[in-house]
Amino acid sequence: MDIEREKEIAAGSRAAKSYPLPPVELVSALQREQDGWITEVIQAHGELTLVVPRASIVAVCAHLKAAPGFEFDLLADITGADRGVEEEPRFEVNYHLFSTKRFHRVRLKVLLNQEDTHVQTVTGVWRTANWHERETFDLFGVVFDGHPDLRRILLPDDWQGHALRKDFPLRGYEPYSLT
Amino acid sequence: MGLDNILAEALPEVLTTQLDSLVNWARKSSLWPATFGLACCAIEMMNATSSRNDLARFGSEVFRASPRQADVMIVSGRVSRKMAPVLRRIYDQMPEPKWVISMGACATSGGVFDNYAIVQGVDKVVPVDVYIPGCPPRPEMLIHAVMMLQDKVMKESLRDRRDVPATEAIEAVPPGTLPATGVSATNEAAAQETPSRPYTVASRHERRRSY
Repeated sequence: MDIEREKEIAAGSRAAKSYPLPPVELVSALQREQDGWITEVIQAHGELTLVVPRASIVAVCAHLKAAPGFEFDLLADITGADRGVEEEPRFEVNYHLFSTKRFHRVRLKVLLNQEDTHVQTVTGVWRTANWHERETFDLFGVVFDGHPDLRRILLPDDWQGHALRKDFPLRGYEPYSLT
Repeated sequence: MGLDNILAEALPEVLTTQLDSLVNWARKSSLWPATFGLACCAIEMMNATSSRNDLARFGSEVFRASPRQADVMIVSGRVSRKMAPVLRRIYDQMPEPKWVISMGACATSGGVFDNYAIVQGVDKVVPVDVYIPGCPPRPEMLIHAVMMLQDKVMKESLRDRRDVPATEAIEAVPPGTLPATGVSATNEAAAQETPSRPYTVASRHERRRSY
């Protein structure tokens, strides 16, 4: 990392050129750290996406939050995606990270099969993951192991099914009627 | 309410007519709405009560936060399935006489949201008196709806019991439109034949007053 840039950032001046790290540096630094942490790097539309295997997601997140060059202190979003009933792997969980000190962004992607939709929770790294993971569980059925309070957040508590899966019908199963 | 009905049914019609006019005038001139602003239509409801279009001119002087003190519930906004039992509970907490105005397309019929999460029309949860289309309706439309409700209130009678629907109301439902627990399920004969009758059947009140 550039020593002068470090000094400027430490001084906190607005004119400090705390522009984002070039993606190549970021990725290579991360790959140097541990070998099995990234399986794939996607760069498209000016965005950097790192595909992370399921077993190492917590370690990657902890490193990205704490390490001096990265400092991703803001978890902007955790969301899921259903790629399609016939895709293999079917589900993915996306973590959108942002650094308020360095102003760079990265997306971490975890791919999950239909049979085993379990991921370790990152609530220990960022507290805000609590509700985001509840939303992903509610709408996709991805179970977060170790989550302190995993229950539905958007749909009613007694809802059957997970609404944003591709095999859930758009209009639901029964019309709501009290009359 | 029950005592009024019993008395009114015992009295001759000439007396209850006079009493009807007085009671209905009092009710229509002081329709106090319960705040049930759910979504964007609530903004237009706020506009209808602010100074430019003043709903208080027509008697809706205060919007009561407590349903126990309210007469009319203006459901403004989309009702989600999670919110529907809450809506029903608030409606049940309102004392008689009460009315419901369904404001906007989402409350009337689900609006643009034809999906799993939104109740397709609030009349699946509470009985509605006046429907307002629009997304959102203009404040003048809400005022017009309140005036329409006032006309409806003027046509009521003390002899009607509000806890039991009239026979015409039960028969006015086209067979097969309500879900299986509806009243038309018992009317097997009507379910088979296709009735040839006008779309709306005049209620007893509308037939009673021969203008």
